[in-house]
Amino acid sequence: VSLPPLDRLPNPIRPAFTEGSREGSVIVNIGPSHPATHGTIQIVAELSGEHVLRTDVHCGYLHRGFEKECESHTWHNLIPYVDRLNYCSALINDFAYCEAVEKLMGIEITPRCRYLRTLLAEYSRIADHLTCIAAALMELGAMTAFLYLVTIRDYIYEHLAELTGARVTYSYGRIGGLARDLPDGWLVRLEEILEQMDTFTGRVHGLVDRNRIFIDRTRDVGVISTSDAVNWGFTGPILRSTGAPRDLRKDTPYLAYAELEFEVPVGIKGDNYDRYYVRMREIDESAHMIRQLVDLLPPGPLCVDDRRCTFPAKELVYTEIESLINHFKLVMEGPQVPPGEVYSAHEGANGELGFYLVSVGGGVPWKVHCRSPSFVHMGGVHRMLDGYQLADIVPTFGSVNMIGGECDR
Amino acid sequence: MGDAVFERVRERLEGMAGTPAVSHGVLALEIERSSLLEVVQALRDELGFDLFLDVTAVDWPEREPRFDVVWHFYSTREFVRVRVKTRVPLGDPTVDTLVTLYGSARYMERECHDMYGIVFRGNDDLRPLLLYEGFQGHPLRKDYPKQKEQPLVPYRDVKS
Repeated sequence: VSLPPLDRLPNPIRPAFTEGSREGSVIVNIGPSHPATHGTIQIVAELSGEHVLRTDVHCGYLHRGFEKECESHTWHNLIPYVDRLNYCSALINDFAYCEAVEKLMGIEITPRCRYLRTLLAEYSRIADHLTCIAAALMELGAMTAFLYLVTIRDYIYEHLAELTGARVTYSYGRIGGLARDLPDGWLVRLEEILEQMDTFTGRVHGLVDRNRIFIDRTRDVGVISTSDAVNWGFTGPILRSTGAPRDLRKDTPYLAYAELEFEVPVGIKGDNYDRYYVRMREIDESAHMIRQLVDLLPPGPLCVDDRRCTFPAKELVYTEIESLINHFKLVMEGPQVPPGEVYSAHEGANGELGFYLVSVGGGVPWKVHCRSPSFVHMGGVHRMLDGYQLADIVPTFGSVNMIGGECDR
Repeated sequence: MGDAVFERVRERLEGMAGTPAVSHGVLALEIERSSLLEVVQALRDELGFDLFLDVTAVDWPEREPRFDVVWHFYSTREFVRVRVKTRVPLGDPTVDTLVTLYGSARYMERECHDMYGIVFRGNDDLRPLLLYEGFQGHPLRKDYPKQKEQPLVPYRDVKS
């Protein structure tokens, strides 16, 4: 095999540095497909021995033109696309996007929809945090903990499949409502899963919290201060792990969060251990919220009675001409959204998930922009990698929970 | 609570930001691009908008100047957001960079540069980020066809 000289090989990236900054340092390329990292990310690191001097983080390997594609589909048809941003907690994306469109249209969702969305958002957050912690622990060799947590995640996926018809990408949100109501017995199974989850997360606490190996690998590793975290745009569990109780669910309550009782767990110093612990505590808080929401969930309609966005009942479509035309217009032209722009943000599982929408009227968006937490975090993650060991990249990166789908869009 | 902050912003930026209106809970400021750094500095240092959320652009091909550049900021003390918007023409799509004020601007400006070709004066790292090295054009501009194919990185010539 004859290859051109190394510097002539086409390279999709241009590293920020190709020369070592000091005698004896080497430059190592990690990723974009590396067995020790999950997520398609490329890290070019300058090492002195095992010591990381500086890093240059590249993302974009999962870029699929989400924002461009959005400009040629109706508002409703985007829902499957936003599902695929953060595919660990797709429902949160659904609801954040739908709420942004509803704000533009001036729609207030029904009480049942509001509580159910809140419940499902918290359920998704649990699944997301379980995935993150499980993967991070597995990368440190804690296979048992991984299996415990992923077992529960799989129960949640199966349970959500019963409701939505899909395990991961649900397409369950609707502008002005939700796709369908809860099947019989869904809430009973929900409580069963939450109980099992308490048992299993309890076991993981027992296995990991005071485990010497785990503490050595995570305590004082990947430390970031609150001021640094804010300066580099960190939000969500990473910001909270630095000790700042910043949570959009508390600070700018949306959906039904203002009526719920919950705490915002924070860490002490913003290291990997704190990020693990904050996520574990958030799982407990989410479960606490879900139990309150089950009691609060009112009966009533799920979708608003607004012909601009809600589809007419199928029997009407087949029996009266107005509903048939309504259905046709909604499918062919999409919901008519008045001109304007909106920025609407939800507390995603990883941080502030914002949608900036621009409408010029009509059924197709002029612009859809997603402010995704993972992307912003990748811009600042070098602050947590530089100065530590090469092997620390793996747990630190795991604790950041980069989701390629929303990072690269 | 937000109203008091918005009132302070209006007072402080009087004359620089037109008539700021609250739109869906966000205070929207329209500014001249020459006053960007001054406005953002005031927002960060005096008015408490310490979290830089986002920068993107909106393309209006029929309009002159053609692009809106849009920033969002959040105050982690007052829990309110502002939107700063300015217009730049196709011939000179340049605005000042915010990397001196917010570390996170570095990455997000790279993305905006990728997608719209907005040049952030003073950001010396505008390498392609979501796109790859050698990608031609700016895909989120309205005149970039969705189906357009690009000269992909050529396959290596491997002789056995």
